[in-house]
Amino acid sequence: MGRKPAGLALSTGHRMIPGTAQSKEETRARAERAEEPPRLVQGVATFRSITEQISGIVLNRRHPRSWWIGFGLAFLLTMGLFYAISVLLAVGVGIWGINIPVAWGFAITNFVWWIGIGHAGTLISAILLLLLQKWRNSINRLAEAMTLFAVACAGMFPLLHLGRPWAFFWLLPYPNGMELWPQFRSALVWDVFAVSTYLTVSIFFWYTGLVPDVATLRDRAKNRFTRLIFGFMALGWRGSAKHWRNYESAYLLMAGLSTPLVLSVHSVVSFDFATAIVPGWHSTIFPPYFVAGAVYSGFAMVLNIIIPLRKWYRLENVVTEQHLDHMAKVMLATGLLLAYGYIFEIFFAWYSGDPTEQYSVVNRATGPYAPLFWLLLLVNVVLPQSLWWRSVRTRPVLLFFAALSVNVGMWMERFVIVVVSLNRDYLPSSWRMFTPTGWDWLTLVGSLGLFFALVFLFVRFLPMVTMFEVRDLLAKEKGKSS
Amino acid sequence: MKGFSGIYGVMGEFNSEGALREAARSAREHRYEQLDAFSPLPVEGLDEILGRTGSWAPAWVLTGGVIGGLTGYFLQFWGVGINYPFNVGGRPLDSWPLFIPITFELTILGGAVAAVLSLFVLNGLPQLHHPVFAVPGFERVTTDAFFLCILSTDPGFDPLLVRRFFMQETGAVAVTEMRR
Amino acid sequence: MTDRKAKTNSPSGEPRPALPIVEAAVSPEASSRPLWRSLDELTGSEEFWVWARREFPHGAAEFGDGVGRREFLRVMGAALAMAGLAGCARPPQTKIVPYVDQPENIKADRPLQFATAMALGGFGTGLLVRSNEGRPTKIEGNPSHPASLGAAGPFEQAAVLQLYDPDRSRTVLHDGNIEPHGAMLEAVLEEVERHRPEQGRHFRLLTGSVTSPALAAQIEALRATLPAMKWHQWEPISRWSIHQGAQLALGQLAEPDYRLENADVIVSLDYDFLFLAPDRLRLTKAFTSRRRFDQVGFLQPNALLVAEPTLTITGSMAQARLPMAAADMKWLAWTLGAQLGLGPSPARKAEGGVRLWLDTATAALREHRGRSLVLVGPGQDAETHALVHALNQALGNAGQTVVYRQPAAAQPVDHLASMAELVHDLESNAADGIVILGGNPVFTAPADFRLGEKLGRARFSLYLGLYEDETTACCRWHVPEQHFLEGWSDVRAVHGETSIVQPLIAPLYGGVSVHELMAAFLSQPAAQAHEIVREFWRQRLVPDGDFEKRWRQALSDGVIADTATPELGTSTGGGSLPGSARSEETAGQGYEVVFAPDPTIWDGQFANNAWLQELPKPFSKVTWGNPAIVSPAAAQELRVQNGDAIRIRHQGAEVEIPVWIQPGQAARTITLYLGNGRSRAGRVGDGVGVNTYRLRPSSGLWFCRDVEVTRSDRHAELAQTHLHHSLEGRDFFRVLPLTAFAQGKRAEGREPDPEQNQTLYGPASLNTAAYQWGMVINLTSCIGCSACVLACQAENNIPSVGAREVSRGREMHWIRVDHYFEGDPANPQVYQQPVPCMHCENAPCELVCPVEATLHSADGLNQQVYNRCVGTRYCSNNCPYKVRRFNFLQYADTATPSAQLVWNPQVTVRSRGVMEKCTYCVQRIRTAQIQAQEENRPIRDGEVIPACAQACPADAISFGNVADPKSHVSRLKTLASNYSMLGDLNTRPRTTYLARVEWDANPPASPCQRDTA
Repeated sequence: MGRKPAGLALSTGHRMIPGTAQSKEETRARAERAEEPPRLVQGVATFRSITEQISGIVLNRRHPRSWWIGFGLAFLLTMGLFYAISVLLAVGVGIWGINIPVAWGFAITNFVWWIGIGHAGTLISAILLLLLQKWRNSINRLAEAMTLFAVACAGMFPLLHLGRPWAFFWLLPYPNGMELWPQFRSALVWDVFAVSTYLTVSIFFWYTGLVPDVATLRDRAKNRFTRLIFGFMALGWRGSAKHWRNYESAYLLMAGLSTPLVLSVHSVVSFDFATAIVPGWHSTIFPPYFVAGAVYSGFAMVLNIIIPLRKWYRLENVVTEQHLDHMAKVMLATGLLLAYGYIFEIFFAWYSGDPTEQYSVVNRATGPYAPLFWLLLLVNVVLPQSLWWRSVRTRPVLLFFAALSVNVGMWMERFVIVVVSLNRDYLPSSWRMFTPTGWDWLTLVGSLGLFFALVFLFVRFLPMVTMFEVRDLLAKEKGKSS
Repeated sequence: MKGFSGIYGVMGEFNSEGALREAARSAREHRYEQLDAFSPLPVEGLDEILGRTGSWAPAWVLTGGVIGGLTGYFLQFWGVGINYPFNVGGRPLDSWPLFIPITFELTILGGAVAAVLSLFVLNGLPQLHHPVFAVPGFERVTTDAFFLCILSTDPGFDPLLVRRFFMQETGAVAVTEMRR
Repeated sequence: MTDRKAKTNSPSGEPRPALPIVEAAVSPEASSRPLWRSLDELTGSEEFWVWARREFPHGAAEFGDGVGRREFLRVMGAALAMAGLAGCARPPQTKIVPYVDQPENIKADRPLQFATAMALGGFGTGLLVRSNEGRPTKIEGNPSHPASLGAAGPFEQAAVLQLYDPDRSRTVLHDGNIEPHGAMLEAVLEEVERHRPEQGRHFRLLTGSVTSPALAAQIEALRATLPAMKWHQWEPISRWSIHQGAQLALGQLAEPDYRLENADVIVSLDYDFLFLAPDRLRLTKAFTSRRRFDQVGFLQPNALLVAEPTLTITGSMAQARLPMAAADMKWLAWTLGAQLGLGPSPARKAEGGVRLWLDTATAALREHRGRSLVLVGPGQDAETHALVHALNQALGNAGQTVVYRQPAAAQPVDHLASMAELVHDLESNAADGIVILGGNPVFTAPADFRLGEKLGRARFSLYLGLYEDETTACCRWHVPEQHFLEGWSDVRAVHGETSIVQPLIAPLYGGVSVHELMAAFLSQPAAQAHEIVREFWRQRLVPDGDFEKRWRQALSDGVIADTATPELGTSTGGGSLPGSARSEETAGQGYEVVFAPDPTIWDGQFANNAWLQELPKPFSKVTWGNPAIVSPAAAQELRVQNGDAIRIRHQGAEVEIPVWIQPGQAARTITLYLGNGRSRAGRVGDGVGVNTYRLRPSSGLWFCRDVEVTRSDRHAELAQTHLHHSLEGRDFFRVLPLTAFAQGKRAEGREPDPEQNQTLYGPASLNTAAYQWGMVINLTSCIGCSACVLACQAENNIPSVGAREVSRGREMHWIRVDHYFEGDPANPQVYQQPVPCMHCENAPCELVCPVEATLHSADGLNQQVYNRCVGTRYCSNNCPYKVRRFNFLQYADTATPSAQLVWNPQVTVRSRGVMEKCTYCVQRIRTAQIQAQEENRPIRDGEVIPACAQACPADAISFGNVADPKSHVSRLKTLASNYSMLGDLNTRPRTTYLARVEWDANPPASPCQRDTA
């Protein structure tokens, strides 16, 4: 770094205090032996050890074989996705199983599902921050990254499902020769605004949180190239008191903004259905019910990602079973909210006295798609009840599968809402089933591939745990104990 | 003071936030005004000691949010109501309840953009070069090192005095003089 | 043209004024044929055709399949080569006379209408054909033609697609090799010479039933040169039993002319007269004229009682319907006769439902002597027909509800016998030269005749056909036939009214007119059809000398005055009732097979017509195929579901065919539609469905008893447009009991429709225009014939999508006819409901479109802007009527030049990825507006007629300005029976329905003794 500081004074300055280094180490070691390790950061942890551990993942070349396998697999699926998309653009949405009346199929199901998953990150970073949940500190970075990637996957689908994808920009308000604006009364336009706002804000939030850690990487980088890259990304962060002051207030404000945002996004998505008159869609409970479902699946996805990662990268000391326990509890709670939503959907249908509404409920439970519906209840409502037991919440393997079942269940729920409502609406003459084609499946699996490929790249090139916040955590724990 | 114009300031290194806090306090007691501190994490209470509290960020965010919201509603009301009116589903042109979601989203967007801008502008970022980077061991400021700096702009600044202050009055583990 | 249509179709029914005449460009020296030879040379003759045939991506089945680069280039190349062909699409080089429009201001954008006629089974239906810049694009009924009265059925309307069919045969073939036209002419002359010495003893002529006077005259002339030749006729759907029955009852061949408008009670025995009768359009109008509850104070509806083996559109209109095996029909007729005191009573007594039905019929007929009518179908034998003729006489109906006329056919014969004789002669080498004029007899002749291989024995065989079909394969010579829109001819309607067949376009594929071919046999190879027909009529139209005037009048009217066949005295030889040996015969316990013409492709001649293949068949809504129709009971016994295949064996023949379980089907009767399973129909029709002719023996042309039916393990996916036939207890289809209707009760739903101001906002009065368009569909008159569906398809350039896409639920029809069943599956109540776009005032689709691609016009149309549509399909999801159609793939065939010729230039051709739907035929509205503006007058009521309303033979669809309280449609909307479908959703549809008025009690004891309380 920089030029050599010149001047005798400096060198004398150094001479006057010999052997500071080791004495420094001793004092700190002593300090640590005195206090028991803080609960949220386990083991003998110092600022240095934590920082080295986390930045090491990014900075040292060698990566566990599991990373290569996982990334390779995800990459293959991503290629599959790109193939499916090329065919789609060349031939048309007719390659999917959609029809009249079921004009929305997998694409919209996947969109809603991914958007839902994308809710955990901001929720953890923003709402838990406002609620002063310290345990969020070691998981929020990963969750935020996951949010970005999920929203990216989600954003892909509304574009692809268009009959003429190349004209997607007609949904954006921009001055044009036709002097036309989007039809602002349509929930789809609301989607455009909600999702793009959400993506933008999430990126800001994520990057802001990243700056001090990137600075750390800059300062610890061994070769010049990485130092340059991270140097630019760090924007010259030097951790001065002024930096920290503005940083903390801005970050807090963004958290404050993100909290209503994250709640609004899935509400708006739910308007796609709630503002339509399709029986099974036209329901006022949708916004809260969708948000609950979103958080539910979001946390499930965080768990599904973080449980393997903490094992592969030996992060058990930072992402403790304590964290898993907390997340499982949030999952359980939102799951119960969702179950409440199911029950009240049925109640409202009955209470509305509208035979078509009532029939749509009956159709879900007894119609051609009934098996799906009951399976959905099993994996989405029944199985997650196991989270009542601490033994499940703190046993990573069990928890992993509980989360998996929730993710599958949430996808099935989106499918039931989208397809099973459409396939039998007002006039029996147009009732018809939806059968997905191979392209439908390839697009779904491919989007999973894209998502995980991005996650793998992220953990390879950026710190997956917020170092400065863990340091802060450490400091606070110490402050408490001393 | 003119003699020291080539100097940016004198930097003392500490190995704990506590030590930093103490040093800052005593620096204030020694009537040093132009102080700056560097740390791998926000140090509680330091701002109060340094006598700089509060931030303009909230004001920025408020403005951004208001601008965003007004834009949102105007865009819709003017766009479909005045600029190019249509009969859509027999709804009146000014169907305001349907304009709420977009207005809301744009409010948030405006606020968030303002927040990020405030962070960079108020912190003077990006700024890839700065004298403090020349300090030996400063790279550890993002790991576990804490620094207190007395700037040469301080009325009572004298390199020798300041260095002596650091070495005798505080637990500085190293002291460095920074050239501009 | 629009104000012409207004005059002819307006409910007020003003008389048509005298017609202006215009002559198309005439250049006498240029005939069309040489031109075509030159084009042949231009395009490299055989190789080109063969290659072009292989490469043109045509036919619905291929739509949506990806087009590779090389294929694409080939197609483009072919398209360029064919450009010359498209260039030839211009009015023929002979005088033709348009139906309407002022000669002085003919504009290129102003289509002309020409009157012509189409023959089906030999009998003509008068048509008006719209011609855009010389291209026939739309076929409509001719209001002044008695067999059409302005209506047109699916067959007539789809003929325009057949005209442009690139699969039509294009060249003369000899033993499969392309020969020049001249070579064929030489062969013909040679053949005639060869037969001359023996006076044509070994020469045979095979035609369908011929009504064309000009052709008949030519045949007579040929007879004069070859006195010993034989003329055979074969129609797979023959009417011989009707004529023969009349012979038995009245002592001479006769064609009954039913006057349904006079009949209070109609009893039909196995006669689907709304579909099978040659004058079905006229009969439909007459029949529904007695169901017009939309006319003020109308309370004198007719009662229809039907006994039939399989549910038909006629049966669906019946008050009392009796499912009964075709083989039992004879017994039923004789029992009915006996109950009415005619003929011996069969030993077997009726009980249960049959008894009830019989008693009702008897009572009703007795009560309405002279105002009732008994009909029997062509599938029943002559004896039964004789009995029924006698019955009508005994009931005093003859002369009232039925009069007898001479048959219109030039030489009515027993087609079966005629064909049998021909086959015998071929077998015994008594015939060695045969000429076949159309009709594809090899495919349609009874299986056991093996006509195909017998033809092989003939030394000379020549076939004049539209396609290179199954018959072509068995004949030495094949001559491409002219489509009726390409050449001059004449044809008689079933009751003799004669029309001149005017061409609208030069032969696209070098077709030869039947008259010119006959002329060749008469050693006049150079004669032109135009001259032949003209000369023929010159001798008949000139009592007052001025032939030109009469000729032009005939052309512009589309029908020649006073040509109806003479009526016969009703009592001629009356009552000589033959005793019947077979009246005791019954269907027995075995399965019975009934053969019926396919509802959409008739006897198979329309198999290559994608519009008709994709037209959903009534009730089953099956497209692209002909499942065997079985009753629920039989399905249970055979353990089959829809689509499961069964094997049917009879007299050594066997077919394997998927089933469709049809409520209302006679328990042990299996109905097979003919005409499917073609092997040489063309790229569209080949291999679609199952060839049931293979099972049709000469011994049982219409039904066979005791066939062997077994379940096969195969399954076929039926391409259906409509899968769920229950009303689910909902109120979108409303029925009013007659008494309630008489008391002026409203057709109320479960919930009242919301008031206009029952919204968050209050009413938004944005429908500002002076004209507010609306539609009313009368559910009582609709017979579910699907004429509207095809009319819409033709008018609006709606593509066919093929079986695969239909089975995926992607059919594109803008208007559909929904069918619902209620009650006992063995004999259900049947409802039809045509559903176009409702053009809701509060359209749910518009609200959800993100790009304003669908929005409301000031005159109340729900518009779809194709250019703006990005294809989110949200509008379709939010449409409670599901009337929106989406181009999931590139459905419109933009690659085949001749397929583009049929497009209506006034309607955009939609590309992949955009939504489309019914527009109320906005192009017709705008045309009328322009016309009205030019003439500085308001648009007249009934001046704007959407294609569906125009084609409807039952006048079930009314359209007009709802802002004008005096308009017809406004008046209908004030009726008590008027209701909005799903109106409780506050969509405020502009298309409303008149509830179906039903008899309170089935069956009615006495329909006409009702007081208007």
